[in-house]
Amino acid sequence: MKFSIQVNEGPYQHQASDSAYQFTKAALEKGHECFRVFFYHDGVLNGTRLTTPPQDDRNIVKNWTDLAEEYDLDLVVCVAAAQRRGIVDDGEAERNGKDATNIAPRFRISGLGQLVEAAIQSDRLVVFGD
Amino acid sequence: MSDTKNFMFLNRRAPYGTIYAWESLEVVLIAAAFEQNVSLMFVDDGVYELTKGQDTTGIGMKNFSPTYRTLGDYEVRHMYVDKASLEARGLTADDLVQVEWEDWETEESVDNIVEVVDSDRVAELLEESDVVFSF
Repeated sequence: MKFSIQVNEGPYQHQASDSAYQFTKAALEKGHECFRVFFYHDGVLNGTRLTTPPQDDRNIVKNWTDLAEEYDLDLVVCVAAAQRRGIVDDGEAERNGKDATNIAPRFRISGLGQLVEAAIQSDRLVVFGD
Repeated sequence: MSDTKNFMFLNRRAPYGTIYAWESLEVVLIAAAFEQNVSLMFVDDGVYELTKGQDTTGIGMKNFSPTYRTLGDYEVRHMYVDKASLEARGLTADDLVQVEWEDWETEESVDNIVEVVDSDRVAELLEESDVVFSF
């Protein structure tokens, strides 16, 4: 089955991103396909490489990056939600005159059309959040 | 596979207090631009999103409620409101905004696409949807 995943909550505060990660990983290990993971609302905060959790805790951002590396996942952060919450890549820094970037490896910033496309192209859109 | 799906946006939260309602509306506008069959469902505190006369001056937030009244222009064809959720909050259809819809090509028009439905119909409508976006 072809899944797309939507993550609506930030890391650590809420279990949504952990659950989405576990679900995605399990689905991929079972041979399913993941068309895209889309981060929306506070979910965009999963896409900052500046996250520094304690060493004895899981690193949620790195988990996503590593999973994307292994399975060539498409991790997309919503641009409008990212701008509100300060998630910045080179393009956004240039366009909005910011002096830094913080996007994590394997994440990219793009528009809501990517979520709609994912819903059209996938057999199931699975949403994680409240 | 057909590229046109029945999209249902399930709105469950009050318009202010969290950003879910506002960012849900942003997805609705994009989905309509992708020429999908877009419907909205309002349940629980989500019914407050459609109430008339919202005034946000006291909380310093943008009042985005007028946007709902334009959804007919974005080819949103159905906006359903759960009757039980309305009643539980002491609201009736008269407390809600009206949303006009018109097909520019056929000139077919509907005065108000906001429709109050009972719980069985809510379940049916969700079942009939290809994709449910839950906010």
